[in-house]
Amino acid sequence: MKSVEELLAIKNRVAPQVFAKSENGESYIRVLVGLATCGIAAGARPVYDALVNEIEKQGLANVHITQTGCIGVCQYEPVIEIVEDGKEKITYCKMTPEKAVRVVNEHLVNGKPVAEYTIGAVAK
Amino acid sequence: MSLDNVCGCSAAEEIIPLNKTNFYKKQRRVALRNCGVIDPENIDEYIAVDGYRALAKSLTELTPQDVIKIVSDSGLRGRGGGGFPTGRKWSFTAANQADQKYVVCNADEGDPGAFMDRSVLEGDPHCIVEAMAICGYATGASEGYVYVRAEYPIAVKRLEKAIEDAKAYGLLGDNIFGTDFCFNLHVRLGAGAFVCGEETALMTSIEGNRGEPRPRPPYPAVSGLFAKPTTENNVETFANIPQIVLNGPEFFNTIGTETSKGTKVFALGGKITNTGLVEIPMGTTLREIVEDIGGGIPNGRKFKAAQTGGPSGGCIPEAHLDTPMDYDSLLKIGAMVGSGGLIIMDDTSCMVDIAKFFLKFTVDESCGKCTPCRVGTRRLLEILEKITDGKGTMEDLDTMEALCYYIKDNSLCGLGQTAPNPVLSSYRHFKEEYIAHVRDKKCPAGVCKNLVQITIDPDKCKGCSLCSRKCPVGAISGEIKKPFVIDQSKCIKCGVCIDTCKFGAISRK
Repeated sequence: MKSVEELLAIKNRVAPQVFAKSENGESYIRVLVGLATCGIAAGARPVYDALVNEIEKQGLANVHITQTGCIGVCQYEPVIEIVEDGKEKITYCKMTPEKAVRVVNEHLVNGKPVAEYTIGAVAK
Repeated sequence: MSLDNVCGCSAAEEIIPLNKTNFYKKQRRVALRNCGVIDPENIDEYIAVDGYRALAKSLTELTPQDVIKIVSDSGLRGRGGGGFPTGRKWSFTAANQADQKYVVCNADEGDPGAFMDRSVLEGDPHCIVEAMAICGYATGASEGYVYVRAEYPIAVKRLEKAIEDAKAYGLLGDNIFGTDFCFNLHVRLGAGAFVCGEETALMTSIEGNRGEPRPRPPYPAVSGLFAKPTTENNVETFANIPQIVLNGPEFFNTIGTETSKGTKVFALGGKITNTGLVEIPMGTTLREIVEDIGGGIPNGRKFKAAQTGGPSGGCIPEAHLDTPMDYDSLLKIGAMVGSGGLIIMDDTSCMVDIAKFFLKFTVDESCGKCTPCRVGTRRLLEILEKITDGKGTMEDLDTMEALCYYIKDNSLCGLGQTAPNPVLSSYRHFKEEYIAHVRDKKCPAGVCKNLVQITIDPDKCKGCSLCSRKCPVGAISGEIKKPFVIDQSKCIKCGVCIDTCKFGAISRK
């Protein structure tokens, strides 16, 4: 890295993905899985794998799954967050591979969030 | 328990976003801003959220003195527990001339119940890399070390990847951003000794020697790692630096209280509904943390005390629930912010037992170099064991207190100097509980086994014999359909009978 411009070029290229911005009318959905020690201990790895498999199976090209750190609600791990342009971020907690498959089918395929798994329903 | 039981709601209910839940509403994320937002193993994602912009700004727009001034003006104080002003610490190292200087990051998080540093390293390792490079620029150091415990394998892996990627991008190494500034970073693994969280012991350990502290002065700013001027900061302290440099001191010093600026991350645990990591503005009251963010005490129990700062800290009783959580307010009531472990206790916790627990930890972890800590904490533990065994005298309490002050005043390093804090603060706030153990030979919380009796209420006992069949030591006997009795000489107070009885006839007193 020899200049600030190089840094900004990377920022401008990657930021739309991090903030799940839709580009050229293509929606970009970012699925975050908490894979810090707390999440992994609670079983986040099988949840991550189930998501990857199901997203592939459904052929969802605009859905991008990413690992991330601890969002702070260690008690409700494993946690999945779904970020979509122009929509409120949705946080699912106490996930299992089965629940994750349901989230893919109902939320990502049919666009209907599974309210009963969301943080607001579990923790108030 | 199913989720539906926890919330009692149906699928038709409105979806509440995370940041509108009680757990999040009062939080403000500075040190943890990227945790759970970016992929920690992808340097591009860190750059996308303005990562390395603060380093770029420092190197291309600011002088080292400017950087130190920004950090000083921000009011940031050491988040490892000491609370020493970070800017001043940096200026000390910067003022010393030497052919080599070092930056050290203390990631040897050893307090029971604390996991803030682990979360930062696992969720946002690049911000530590960036902050250490900024510190290197400000203080004139070209080498940095992160001392992280080997028990954090994921943190170590992600940190090592972050350093590798930063090197590949030229964000570490020679002539960063085309300037004269060169900075390299190394990871050193600790074996998990608590004493290695003390700065001089940590540096001795990095040098490859047995992790023992040494007297100060000379302070690390004069003669630290490899006897060169060294700046040592905690993970959370560093995690605040990029945001402060990028957004200016006002961004930070407008949060918090008069003397404690910014936010503090606490690892909330123990008898509390919502456990997890919380980052709150300094000065938020303990009541807000426990009742609003933490969601109160589960199972209808009552709040008794909060333990802050782990084995170096103290307890905060209910009477001080409205104390603002900042460095100076907590010191006034005999507790400390510490590194950020916050353990909530309900009325089933015995404060003497808790003090004993923390003291056992320091006895185990004392490195043995100085006598007050090595011998003193052991003798102190023996007095506490005597008290919880019901053999204590009122004189023991006086000896205990005197010994505490002796250890505090004479120990070589922070471990010994703070080791008596859990005893002193619980004695200060829960004196009556100590006296009950000594004078009445009772443990009010029913925890200390030698001071409680488990008895069967003859009026409630139906003589079903279930308890006598479950008792592992055969201490319960009786005739069917007549009240059973417990032989106190055999009873080991395990409490199985209490859980077994269907009529609530058995109780612990």
